[in-house]
Amino acid sequence: MRWCWRERNRTDVPTLNHYLVLSAVLFAIGTAGVFVRRNLITILLSIEIMLNAVNLTFVAFGRALGSADGQIIVFFVMTVAAAEAAVGLAIVISLFRHQESLNPDSFTALRW
Amino acid sequence: MFYAFGAVAVVTSLLVIAQRNPIHSVLLLIASFGALSGLYVLLDAPFAAVIQIIVYAGAIMVLFLFVVMLLNAPHEETEFDERTHPLLRKGAMRLGALLAVVLITELIWALRKGGESGAFPSGSVTSVGAIGRSLFTEYAFPFEVTSILILVAMVGAVVLARKESH
Repeated sequence: MRWCWRERNRTDVPTLNHYLVLSAVLFAIGTAGVFVRRNLITILLSIEIMLNAVNLTFVAFGRALGSADGQIIVFFVMTVAAAEAAVGLAIVISLFRHQESLNPDSFTALRW
Repeated sequence: MFYAFGAVAVVTSLLVIAQRNPIHSVLLLIASFGALSGLYVLLDAPFAAVIQIIVYAGAIMVLFLFVVMLLNAPHEETEFDERTHPLLRKGAMRLGALLAVVLITELIWALRKGGESGAFPSGSVTSVGAIGRSLFTEYAFPFEVTSILILVAMVGAVVLARKESH
């Protein structure tokens, strides 16, 4: 992209836009993982990638605005991510106990 | 430095998605989190960098690794069949293409419109002390709610993963 090249030619210091674009790329990778993969564990890992992309955005904006609030929100996001991982993995374990599969397409009991 | 860490983060995240074996996925994701922690250091956020390593790479990923090994990783049979994958239906592909075009247009528009963001304001490392003070005064209520959330998640995980015995 042109804006990126211009930026790099003028100064070699990464700006807020760089971090936002990197975060967008990571978030897109995570979203693609959720949609493409057929494995519950990998889907949870993709969700973690997305949460981390959002964290990067928070920290970059906090740095740009010169406030500590970005890192505090990161702290809360990590807490929620830990809770989500614990509950999600517990659900995966109990699902795996029901039928020996991690494929989300094989759990159709609630489908009508 | 930014480009090195960014490249490592993107490449390892892509490999996480591409791996067939969940154990390799988890290990690559730990590498990705290490690169992100480096980016936090570059952003003058040492607190975020340290809890990224301790909480994410140390605790959450170990939990993932533990579950992957507990479930004994049936990695090959989950490989999707080209014909039955739900994303390969015609309607889904059209919708996906439309969404991608809209998203890319929006991204380009935002980058054009927003212009250049300029360099970060120079040198203000947010100290851990400042974060702690803010966390226990201004954000004391969310902090306490977080503790309840963790308690609920803990009870929920124990109940869900318990062996059913009648």
